[in-house]
Amino acid sequence: MFEALTDRLTQVFQRIGRKGRLTEEDVDEALREVRRALLEADVHYTVVRDFIAAVRERAIGEEVLRSLTPAQQVIAIVHQELVRVLGSERVPLLWASQPPTIIMLVGLQGSGKTTQVAKLGYHLRKEGRRPLLVAADIYRPAAVEQLRTLGKQHDLPVYDEGTKVDPVETVKHAVKVARDQGYNPVIIDTAGRLQIDEPMMQELERMAEAVRPTEILLVADAMTGQEAVNVAKEFHRRLSLTGLILTKLDGDARGGAALSIRAVVGVPIKFIGTGERVDALEPFYPDRLATRILGM
Amino acid sequence: FERSQIDRELFDDLEALLIQADLGVATTEALLERLQERVRRGEVRDPVEAREALREEMVALLEAAMRNRRVKIYQRGVPFVSLVVGVNGTGKTTTIAKLARYHLDQGRTVLLVAADTFRAAAIDQLKAWGERLGVPVIAHAPGADPGAVVFDGMQAAHNRGIDVLLIDTAGRLHTKSNLMAELAKIRRVIQRHVPDAPHEVLLVIDATTGQNGLNQARVFTEAAGVTDIALTKLDGTAKGGIAFAIARELGIPIAYVGTGEKPTDFAEFDPEAYVDALFFGDEED
Ligand SMILES: Nc1nc2c(ncn2[C@@H]2O[C@H](COP(=O)(O)OP(=O)(O)OP(=O)(O)O)[C@@H](O)[C@H]2O)c(=O)[nH]1
Ligand SMILES: Nc1nc2c(ncn2[C@@H]2O[C@H](COP(=O)(O)OP(=O)(O)OP(=O)(O)O)[C@@H](O)[C@H]2O)c(=O)[nH]1
Ligand SMILES: [K+]
Ligand SMILES: [Mg+2]
Ligand SMILES: [Mg+2]
Repeated sequence: MFEALTDRLTQVFQRIGRKGRLTEEDVDEALREVRRALLEADVHYTVVRDFIAAVRERAIGEEVLRSLTPAQQVIAIVHQELVRVLGSERVPLLWASQPPTIIMLVGLQGSGKTTQVAKLGYHLRKEGRRPLLVAADIYRPAAVEQLRTLGKQHDLPVYDEGTKVDPVETVKHAVKVARDQGYNPVIIDTAGRLQIDEPMMQELERMAEAVRPTEILLVADAMTGQEAVNVAKEFHRRLSLTGLILTKLDGDARGGAALSIRAVVGVPIKFIGTGERVDALEPFYPDRLATRILGM
Repeated sequence: FERSQIDRELFDDLEALLIQADLGVATTEALLERLQERVRRGEVRDPVEAREALREEMVALLEAAMRNRRVKIYQRGVPFVSLVVGVNGTGKTTTIAKLARYHLDQGRTVLLVAADTFRAAAIDQLKAWGERLGVPVIAHAPGADPGAVVFDGMQAAHNRGIDVLLIDTAGRLHTKSNLMAELAKIRRVIQRHVPDAPHEVLLVIDATTGQNGLNQARVFTEAAGVTDIALTKLDGTAKGGIAFAIARELGIPIAYVGTGEKPTDFAEFDPEAYVDALFFGDEED
């Protein structure tokens, strides 16, 4: 589809090219194709609008108007701008100066939190750490059992207090256990929730207040559409997110939601999930995601 | 619709509304073209009429797909088999709990089949729902062959004279052909017992899903013969607009909506109520 966009742009410029030198209106016609491609990739409507304005400014300021290959020029600018918004560099996990480092995963229902908790634990143990996983979802049927099972499968310790205890208390106790027994980091699995669910959002605020996590990562499904912006904004407003994990990128979703979230809340994308298995967690490369959003 | 006349800006506003509801570019354009056509014909003369016309077009689009619905015939003691499928985390297992309650309320006997043998504690999750609802669950050990569980489920439904059999399957991305082939195999196991089953193949689509939902619907339909859609998580602020694109391009109807995590947060789909609540609900304030 990257080819498709290139083709579409080439066609646009061929159609207008015969008139001679390109005008700003010609560039705008090309940018309409870019806009469409971004909307089809699920980038948020308003993010697309701002993005196109930025690209336009560069395009008419640069060689596009005089270029013999205007389609390629436009693609190059779009790609560079995408990478810029996505964050040009990889941002590693933060580590607390006083151990344990506490990593809390939050997000909508079914986005992949519990699975990424296990993946992160597995990944960090491989790097020589001693992670402790914490089951703080007391609501979803068998959520605690899910994390316990993943822990057992991969020999990762899981702390839980069943489903009758306030998860804020459970998390406090888990941090104490980690401190006493030298676990680091503590990785907390929270229940899925809607960003408009007031009591549930307050629970997260209380939890964050109680243990002051080093990282609060929003776990977002790569298949999310326009809603990603509302979700990320509200989670960020309430919790001051430190990063994002984009899951389920092993499918064919273009992942425009990531661009929307980056553009709106500005936090870095720290990992991507690329499968259901525990080893399917990868570092994030902005360049690759930019290419994917454009449909390559 | 606050605008005083029909102009370019009104159409821009409508485009923004529809795109932000995840209808996608093509479906948005199609709806707005129909509206434009009615303006040209003089049927629609001001923004209030434009609002009503768009509403009608949106309802009509969904209703056209609903004409493809298979009539659901429930017979006492002959299992009505419902196969529930979809990508990871959309709400399949929870929807099964909701469906179970829905059928119990209609006085039908229900049996659940735990054919997600892959995801950690997926079986426990379904069993927990079964216990809460007082409904039996046929399950094997984690990692077992899903086809074998379904086989046992069909047999149990038959022997016990169950009215409705609900089969929970593992979440899978439609791009994984081996996992899609597994669904085709499950279908064959079902058909060995009841040739005209499954009577319902429900594709569960999360309302937050963007344009990828269209690919999901296309491939699941090819592999598993999707008959209807259950649109979940409509209690959030997502509007589920991809269902319009699916209805328009593939003609697959929505049968049920999910509006929460409890078994009661569930309803049969009503296109008018849906379109009004999501797109035209706060129009008066
Ligand atoms: N294909 C794919 N599936 C994933 C990935 N990450 C998680 N999943 C699957 O997505 C589904 C939901 O994952 P969970 O970890 O249970 O999600 P959750 O956010 O904890 O869900 P709740 O606790 O109910 O809110 C499961 O079927 C996982 O196996 C991924 O990167 N790729
Ligand atoms: N808010 C809300 N949450 C829902 C709804 N339906 C399901 N959920 C939640 O979404 C999450 C995933 O639901 P599941 O039923 O486990 O989804 P699934 O499709 O079976 O997931 P996998 O089997 O892992 O693919 C759980 O936290 C559910 O409680 C709904 O209509 N509204
Ligand atoms: K989801
Ligand atoms: Mg979970
Ligand atoms: Mg499930």
